[in-house]
Amino acid sequence: MDEIAHTATCASPGEVVTGNVMPILHQVRHALHDLLETGKSEVIDLRSIPMGPGEEGRLAEALGKGEVEVRMSALGPSEIIETRYPGVWLVTHFNNDNEIIGKFIEICAIPGLVMAQDEDIRAGLVQLNEQLT
Amino acid sequence: MSKDLTIGEALRQRGVSRRGFLKFCAATASMMALPPGMAPVIAAALEKARRPSVIWLSFQECTGCTESLTRSHSPTVEGLIFDTISLDYHHTLQAAAGDAAEAARVAAMEENYGNYILVVDGSIPTGNPGFSTIAGISNLDMLRETAAGAAAIVSVGTCAAYGGIPHANPNPTGAASVSDLVSDKPIINVPGCPPIPVVITGVLAHYLTFGTIPELDDLGRPRAHYGQSIHDRCYRRPFYDKGLFAETFDDEGAKKGWCLYKLGCKGPTTYNACATTKWNEGTSFPIESGHPCLGCSEPDFWDGGGFYKALSTPTADITRTAVYAVGAGAAAGIALGAMNRTKQKRMAKEHEKVTIDDLEKGD
Repeated sequence: MDEIAHTATCASPGEVVTGNVMPILHQVRHALHDLLETGKSEVIDLRSIPMGPGEEGRLAEALGKGEVEVRMSALGPSEIIETRYPGVWLVTHFNNDNEIIGKFIEICAIPGLVMAQDEDIRAGLVQLNEQLT
Repeated sequence: MSKDLTIGEALRQRGVSRRGFLKFCAATASMMALPPGMAPVIAAALEKARRPSVIWLSFQECTGCTESLTRSHSPTVEGLIFDTISLDYHHTLQAAAGDAAEAARVAAMEENYGNYILVVDGSIPTGNPGFSTIAGISNLDMLRETAAGAAAIVSVGTCAAYGGIPHANPNPTGAASVSDLVSDKPIINVPGCPPIPVVITGVLAHYLTFGTIPELDDLGRPRAHYGQSIHDRCYRRPFYDKGLFAETFDDEGAKKGWCLYKLGCKGPTTYNACATTKWNEGTSFPIESGHPCLGCSEPDFWDGGGFYKALSTPTADITRTAVYAVGAGAAAGIALGAMNRTKQKRMAKEHEKVTIDDLEKGD
């Protein structure tokens, strides 16, 4: 944890530390505990938390990268990256101009958006049926 | 696009998958400052919601509010929200002009009487009606006529919400806000000069999702976006708490990103979402760019006594001068001015930097 605390609080010259990275990591820790104990998932909206220049980068660095990376293309790209902590996902949504429209940490087995949706499966089946007849 | 379509149907017709729709709802929840867990509720509500008719009236304004909203390149979340409403009249954006434009407004009013949303930007002159007219109709007449059939009114920008810059002293046109003139309709104030685009669309999204107006503060602003001060959500707040302030725009404190309070930051008395939602697709906001907050989402921000004057902490020089001048009564102001002129001259001679305080007190 010492190394993480160092990453989370040490700024490069010119960067500003609000001290908000460590509380987010603690929130993630509690959520991960809840996920194991009760199966309850949680989403943290990073847009609602004040972040100084460079802090989002430090948060991402503290969370690191795990085994799974998903690139989704639905109304613009989305990046869903499992962090070094299994069950903790960093989700970034972009629009078609690659501008960020939402950034979340999801604590769950797999973010819901990755799963195929019933409506889309149904529409896909109709298409496949048409193709084969 | 047919007005009878629900928003879910309208998006599907545009080729948006269910997954894309859910992503849109997640971003919309964030935009409405709702907990992320609300995304499925929003999805269920938007799926069934009908596209409302919106009439947008622009009065004494600079078009900055419309610019703010339309700056984003389509298809953004804001763009999609905007596409899913039926914008039936907006004299800057619509192709029709003159009689045809006015006919579109009248037709939209008749067709959706009692149900359309009226968006207003700009203040309304109450002096000579000729100060601002559209198609020969005074702003006041057009507001009253259009407000009569509206389900709710959204006052976009500080001018529509509180009078704004046209209302600044000496208010030559008798500029008034929408809520000064209309009292029998729900009015949502979305102030800012300009307001943050996602806050404008967030309010429209709230209405689309829940069919009600959001919870408002005592100045008629949605609490979700205006519930906390810039100061409370500012990433420079820890420096304020430690008493670390930038004294000029280029001193060591400014370079280290310290608090801009002494440079006149109005963050402590300003309620808006800039510090978290930020501007230009979340890139930064004025304080992050090194400039104090002007307080543009508050009433009478233009007459607040100077953008670069600290809210309450006097400078050491003022305290000392005030003591010297205490017996002189009205001469105190003159003494301050004289001292600062002298200081400015000395600084010019010695090539020292003049601070904003020196400039403002020097005349």
